[in-house]
Amino acid sequence: MTIHATSPAFKQNAHNALADKQLQQALGNVRAGFIDKRTQAAERLPEFEVLRDSARDIKNHVLAHLDLYLEHYESKVREAGGHVHFARTAEEACATIVEICKAQGARTVTKGKSMVSEEIGLNAAIEAAGMEAIETDLGEYIIQLRGEAPSHIIAPAVHLTKEQVEQDFRRIHTHLDPERDLTQAESLLTEARMVLRKRFLEADVGVTGANFLVAETGTSIIVTNEGNGDLTQTLPRVHIVVASIEKIVPTLEDAAQILRVLGRSATGQDMSVYTTLSTGPRRPEDVDGPQAYHVVLVDNGRSAMLGTEFEEMLRCIRCGACMNHCPVYHAVGGHAYGWVYPGPMGAVLSPSLLGVDKAGHLPNASTFCGRCESVCPVRIPLPKLMRHWREREYERHLAPAVYRYGLSFWAFFARRPWLYKFATGLAMPTLSFLGRKKGRFARLPLASGWTDHRDMPAPQGKTFQAQWRERGGKTR
Amino acid sequence: MSAREDILSNIRRSLGVNGREAPRLSAVQERLRMAPRGVMPARGQVSGAQRVALFRAEAERVAASVAEVAQPQDIVSEAARYLREHNLPATLRMGADARLADLDWSDTAIEVSHGPSAGDDLNGLSHAFGAIAETGTLAMTSGAGNPTTLNFLPDNHIVVLREADLVGDAESLWDRLRAAYGKGFAPRTVNLITGPSRSGDIEQQIVLGAHGPRRLHIIILRD
Repeated sequence: MTIHATSPAFKQNAHNALADKQLQQALGNVRAGFIDKRTQAAERLPEFEVLRDSARDIKNHVLAHLDLYLEHYESKVREAGGHVHFARTAEEACATIVEICKAQGARTVTKGKSMVSEEIGLNAAIEAAGMEAIETDLGEYIIQLRGEAPSHIIAPAVHLTKEQVEQDFRRIHTHLDPERDLTQAESLLTEARMVLRKRFLEADVGVTGANFLVAETGTSIIVTNEGNGDLTQTLPRVHIVVASIEKIVPTLEDAAQILRVLGRSATGQDMSVYTTLSTGPRRPEDVDGPQAYHVVLVDNGRSAMLGTEFEEMLRCIRCGACMNHCPVYHAVGGHAYGWVYPGPMGAVLSPSLLGVDKAGHLPNASTFCGRCESVCPVRIPLPKLMRHWREREYERHLAPAVYRYGLSFWAFFARRPWLYKFATGLAMPTLSFLGRKKGRFARLPLASGWTDHRDMPAPQGKTFQAQWRERGGKTR
Repeated sequence: MSAREDILSNIRRSLGVNGREAPRLSAVQERLRMAPRGVMPARGQVSGAQRVALFRAEAERVAASVAEVAQPQDIVSEAARYLREHNLPATLRMGADARLADLDWSDTAIEVSHGPSAGDDLNGLSHAFGAIAETGTLAMTSGAGNPTTLNFLPDNHIVVLREADLVGDAESLWDRLRAAYGKGFAPRTVNLITGPSRSGDIEQQIVLGAHGPRRLHIIILRD
């Protein structure tokens, strides 16, 4: 793994994130920007909910027949004059790509936005081989200038304010007039467009990811808004697609179904601006486009997820809706998760790819509110999968001692209903009395980890069991 | 074992299959052959003037502009009007599309050049393969007729769309692609374009004109 994962330090990362004022300001944009747009887009399409079922079913069908669709896809890419490479691990994928670039005598490699390229640590591998890797998506470009990892899978620089971007542009683009105005998003975008246009035109190899690989035609599809992915794959001599094996869909019809939920779930767009289908290299009748077309299919732990309780995670289409709606993500941002995949999808996927010892505690960063599952376009039961990881972490004695003692302490009472009733019956009125003025606690002894960043609601006077009885609920 | 065989056998081991089971093979072959349509939103299931109106409304919603003309030669005057209105230089870069080749530009001041873009063209003119009314999306296919670079490098992109090439939904566009290129085959590039380029990467504020065209103007040639 070339990107150093700091997932083991989630607790400290989260602590720092909560204290970071600029980050907290920027995270306000996630709460404000994504949620309403998705809701409106979904409401504008009456068939949205059944399309989610359809997308889920297509993905399940693909996973159950993945070996066969991969073989068909591969043969269609070859038929169109393209090359297909399989990579078991991140290292193999990087080595394959670096080798193709070297064989071209490449000096610069432009890149469209690709999460799997972040996962395999491709930029570091390209740089280590003496070539320059240039991110061309605006958000990716900004974080590359800062030497950071993306903090969101579709908005990589969402953790930054525009003042921070301005400082980075002034620091790096020193050939430009120091007096220029960079106070607006427009001027920052115009500057990036100008700087990167030159890089697009001089690049030797272009690397993109893929949102879909269509078995029927051997086509890779990218979905973007800026147009950088298209310049990346159209202008250089060689186009390399790097994609994980579960991106396969059977037909163009299947891609169309999933496209209808992808844009709406991600950014609230009915369609992203550019949906580009690429099949093989330039044809004899073409006057532009790459002369060679390679696809690098990355496994990196996915084939082992099939047939397990985590198989459903392989339906993920990387829209980002789960993190956009996650209260934990809203509070700590993406970097706290310590690797390339943040939020609920990251909390489930990272332990599968990095190992439960490194990332098995990420699923603990959840309130189990269920909003992620309620918006997931392919209906991945994210809370259930997070619970599976918690169980595994507990079984392997990886959970911290305090957590284990706490559970044993609670279990002691839970097994003795009369004692439980007695203790809670005593505690509730006391806490209720102490918190009667504000209805909440800003400070609690032994619970500063909670109360430093939010208030603890005061109990309303009666225990859950007492209220249950009052409302006619049955008790055993 | 090669990486390819390793991955395929890992998948098969995880799924508990050997890859030769007849029901699995036929399920896959059947799906690839039939390409079943899934849920079809009612929105796109309109025809005639309603379909054109839907396309217009959806394209304008995503910040494209749309004009309708009756005669092929009107494309020339509409393009000239558009460039004038936006104070753009009177230049156009276009490919070798036969449907645009007969246009007579001599009555305008527009200087027309032909071929792919090398990055210094301000205005591009292309002919669409088709379009999708459901989302206001243009479909461009690569080739000498309409080089892919013209879809992305010029600041202003003018696209001609024949009304007859406008379909309701993506699935109908796939049918047209199969009719033109053969089932299971596709042109090197199909660009589905829904509005001008944009980015929301700085503070989630949408700004037009990221790396592709800042403006997209669609001229519909009515039947």
